[in-house]
Amino acid sequence: MNIKLNKIIPQLITLFAVILVFGFLTYNAQVNMDNRGIEFGFGFLTQESSFDVQFSLIDYDGSHSYARAYLVGLLNTLLVAFIGIILSTILGIIVGIARLSPNYLIERTAAFYVEFFRNVPLLLQIFFWYFAALRALPLPQDTEPMFGVFFLTIKGLFVPRFVWENLDIFFYSIIAVIISIIVIKNYARKLQENEGKQLPVFSISVGLFIILPLLSFLVGGVSLNFSIPELEQMSNTSFKYKGGLGIPPELIALTLALGLYTATFIAECVRAGIQGISKGQKEAAASIGLTPRQILKLVVMPQALRIIIPPTTNQYLNLTKNSSLAAAIAYPDLVLIFAGTALMQTGRAIEIVSITMFTYLSISLSISVLMNWYNKKIAIKEK
Amino acid sequence: MNKLNFLRPNIENLNTYLYSGIFLISIAILDVALNSFFNTNITSFLPNFISFLLPLVLGTIGLHLIRIEFSGIKNLDLLNKNINTNTFNAILTLLIIFAIIKSIPPFLSWFIIDATISGDTKEACTGTGACWTYIKIWLNRFIYGMYPNELQWRINISFIALIALAFVGLLPSEKIKKFLTLYYVIIYPIIAFVLIYYLISGGAFGLEWVETGAWGGLSLTFIVSFFCLIFCFPVGMFLALGRRSDLPTVRYISVGFIEFWRGVPLITVLFMSSVMFPMFLPEDFFMDKLVRVIIAISLFEAAYVAEVIRGGLQALPRGQYDAAKSLGMGYWKMHIFVILPQALKLVIPGIANTFLALVKDTPLIFVVGLLEIVGMLNLAKTNPKWLGYAMEGYVFAAIIFWIICYAMSKYSYNLEIKYKTDR
Repeated sequence: MNIKLNKIIPQLITLFAVILVFGFLTYNAQVNMDNRGIEFGFGFLTQESSFDVQFSLIDYDGSHSYARAYLVGLLNTLLVAFIGIILSTILGIIVGIARLSPNYLIERTAAFYVEFFRNVPLLLQIFFWYFAALRALPLPQDTEPMFGVFFLTIKGLFVPRFVWENLDIFFYSIIAVIISIIVIKNYARKLQENEGKQLPVFSISVGLFIILPLLSFLVGGVSLNFSIPELEQMSNTSFKYKGGLGIPPELIALTLALGLYTATFIAECVRAGIQGISKGQKEAAASIGLTPRQILKLVVMPQALRIIIPPTTNQYLNLTKNSSLAAAIAYPDLVLIFAGTALMQTGRAIEIVSITMFTYLSISLSISVLMNWYNKKIAIKEK
Repeated sequence: MNKLNFLRPNIENLNTYLYSGIFLISIAILDVALNSFFNTNITSFLPNFISFLLPLVLGTIGLHLIRIEFSGIKNLDLLNKNINTNTFNAILTLLIIFAIIKSIPPFLSWFIIDATISGDTKEACTGTGACWTYIKIWLNRFIYGMYPNELQWRINISFIALIALAFVGLLPSEKIKKFLTLYYVIIYPIIAFVLIYYLISGGAFGLEWVETGAWGGLSLTFIVSFFCLIFCFPVGMFLALGRRSDLPTVRYISVGFIEFWRGVPLITVLFMSSVMFPMFLPEDFFMDKLVRVIIAISLFEAAYVAEVIRGGLQALPRGQYDAAKSLGMGYWKMHIFVILPQALKLVIPGIANTFLALVKDTPLIFVVGLLEIVGMLNLAKTNPKWLGYAMEGYVFAAIIFWIICYAMSKYSYNLEIKYKTDR
């Protein structure tokens, strides 16, 4: 009896305190909103937004609703996160392996990179790329093209754009490739288990990847053209690129800074993962006659990945959250468009900040749930 | 004399290989160095493409020639083992050496040789290098923000006093040592708050009132990180204990709290503290912007600290809990005297990383209009008298932050070694 009471009373006190705090805050909010004559609600989302956005992936202008503006911001945030993740993964793996190199100079260079970039605030790095490094680029009219088609100017990077015809057939061919590779892989595994024969799965896959899309071009009527950016004079001093695809400098600075910063953390994860494999594992694999490539593929990597992937996913999450710093250099991401411009226009602080936070929260939580599931799946099953 | 086989250097003709290899490498490095320092190309008689690749090819052949195992020369063996194990490594080594040689002259000339530091207007900066005059003139603002010049002694004095008080713990006296934890956890923060409130903010004892909007620069970075560091640690500790508690209500509330703060970016938290939080306060209640920011960052970082401490709590073997309970210790006694001292020792690196992240996050307070050093840089950059010196400012701030963060990580590494106990 006494023990039960001992457990219940602290819980009641905590619960009571939390409810009290929440009640107090809600009451104040109610009073404040009444005084200002605003009513809580999400009706404003369907109103016309009447502000323009510099860069958006979907059709958008001032006549669209606030909900559409939210979508534009969300897509821009996801775009930055996606490019940043690819960049930081490639760089992180290279640097992480370089940190384990037997070559002293390479190891030191990688260590210098990691120590430098992770000890400088990300915001400072974004400012540096945007305000100092990219501002030193030439004006459009003075730009020398790289390889004839890329133009890196102070106004951003201009690249050729793909102009597709019958794109859907091409997509179907890619899907067909993926399905047939999976089928062949399963068939090869069965063949090896039953008869001990090995199929050259890798070369077959590469062959498929080349042949099927090629067929879609030759037979399916798919064609690909490039729209190359061309300089056009608007007036005496104003030049503009026509055609092609323009990538704004904000996006370049942001992805560059995010990629370089996060890569240092991923590099450390990769290093820890590979170092975490004991020497005995490699020696045991070598003693049963596996070749070095097989050792890496069948023994080291599967175990190292188990150590590397969870902290790396965490870094991806950090990158996504850090992409909100975009607001500092006016890249139109979720925070700038929604929690910035839309909030200023509507004055609905509580609703908008809650939606923004909830968005980030649901991205984070869904990835954590996925991660926990994955961790459980790959965990070593000990007896 | 034995037969020479340049494809397979061996020890019999050691000197021949060694001299020809070193000769080739020196030519390669000389070529790049001349090109880099004196802007002359000694291989200009060759076609462009070959002239460009020649140092790399010569260097690779040279390194190949001196790659002789067990040569008996200590330095050569060391060199081969470290930077010259195979052709691929040799090429990478050469590329790095060439990159360093190539980047030294432009770096030096920008940073020191062509840089300007004299004078006190923009006109003094005529060189092609950095304009350190800009940093020199603005240094006062970068450190103290908009704080009035004649009152800056107050910031200096309070910082010196805080540092001096922080070292009180080093005074060795067995009698006082018992109270050190109490001092650091409770008394020191109170003293710090009182010092900053009355000395920097002023408004009492005949000191002029300086509003927090005027605070700024590096001193604001320190103030914000210092208070957040002090507050987030105890909050995080309680959250970690709450998350491991047997009481479901306490546990779920802690889990919800931690996951909420960890799931959102700091910038939205700061937005919340500046635009949404005032709506939740009583009408006539005013809370200073700086205080709101410090609370927001502290709660945010506390969630991260809680997760780190939870890792330490989980790493402790169950036997420690059982042993403490068998001695008749209650919950708090067990945690204060047995569990936490061991758990905190385990998580020193993690805590240090969180604190580092905190210091690196302070520039974000520009969102609410507080200008610490990065914010001041952006302000100075747009000053019409000093346009065009963004690079110098960012390099300056990067160096300062790098020194602070690197020193902190080295210090935490030392702590880790100092408190390491073998199990």
